[in-house]
Amino acid sequence: MVTQETLNFLFSLLHKESGLALDDSKTYLIETRLDPIARQEGFPSINDLGRHMKQHPSQPLRQKVIDAMMTNETSFFRDVKPFELLKGVVIPDLLKANEKGRRIRIWTAGCSTGQEPYTISMLLCEMGPALRQWDIGILATDIADGALARAKAGIYSQYEVQRGLPVTYLTRFFNQRKTEWEIKQEVKRLVEFRRLNLLSGFSHLGIFDVIFCRNVLIYFDADTKVRIMEQFADILSSGGVFFLGGAETPFGITGKFTRIETEKGVCYKKNTIPMQP
Amino acid sequence: MKVLIVDDSGLVRRLMRKMISDLGHEPLEAIHGKDALKQLEAHPDIGLMMLDWNMPEMNGVELLDAIKLRWDPVKRPTIIMVTTENQMEKIVQALAKGANEYIMKPFTREILIEKLSILGITNGCN
Repeated sequence: MVTQETLNFLFSLLHKESGLALDDSKTYLIETRLDPIARQEGFPSINDLGRHMKQHPSQPLRQKVIDAMMTNETSFFRDVKPFELLKGVVIPDLLKANEKGRRIRIWTAGCSTGQEPYTISMLLCEMGPALRQWDIGILATDIADGALARAKAGIYSQYEVQRGLPVTYLTRFFNQRKTEWEIKQEVKRLVEFRRLNLLSGFSHLGIFDVIFCRNVLIYFDADTKVRIMEQFADILSSGGVFFLGGAETPFGITGKFTRIETEKGVCYKKNTIPMQP
Repeated sequence: MKVLIVDDSGLVRRLMRKMISDLGHEPLEAIHGKDALKQLEAHPDIGLMMLDWNMPEMNGVELLDAIKLRWDPVKRPTIIMVTTENQMEKIVQALAKGANEYIMKPFTREILIEKLSILGITNGCN
């Protein structure tokens, strides 16, 4: 049983370092995510882990805890619709709009173990000839080092490549390595992985045509959500598109986006005239 | 939707029958390829077949060949291979012979649901 003292310490640490706003109702998250870390590090309980972290604020252990709490569930083609919309509408529109510069920049914020950016990359590879002579870049960022390392390696278990991934994509874009599957170089080369804490600001990343930030902001507190979403709007190109998780919305948080509803799904565009949140 | 489960293992058939009926579909069973052909003739409205590879009498890919010969591609059921065969060559072979999707055992309910969704098959009504 995790004590209130430990919970308060962890809640405050996670909020300060990563913006995660947890309360007592999320005790189960602390228990399920940190119990393996405590055991792995040789502590009898999460309380002992917390006590040790308080006395020795060492960075590696702190990062491990943040990694465990921030690593979100992900899968290839998660929720399908955003990818159908991306391939069927967003990219074709960008091919027209960016014809002059022949450049498309996509950011997946909170990329976890890489399935989301690689899904986007596979879709782009599939469009082949239409994108020849275009400069395409997918930036994939996450705060969790462990997840990023796995993402960069691009090696997935049999279970992971069966979650949401059509088998034709498996045969076309993966190489088998015994019981694991490695994403091919042609897919990897479009993606650049980088560690980024959304709390630290990201205007230096430049302007993006598409931003994916799905199911990342759900546990952030209201003020942090406002700050981050408004920054997303600032670095989205004028015709750019923003994707949130299915249960998320910018409404009530910021008036900088307009909801675009298509038969292939929902996305958001930047308002040219700011509205009330 | 009528779903034909073709597997020589009674345990696997039982597990898959439960998953399929939980999703609101109607499971039927066959113990090998020859048995499956009989079932397909008796129930022309079978919409999906979940097909094991290694079975006695007639194995999964032999059944795929037989179906290709006998059935109009438009009228034949959607086919998901469900097998322990997890080598790339085997997957490519099954797809070339007409399988629409491929599940490597062991698999979970989530994997099955997502594969069905890839094929445009939604949950049925109980």
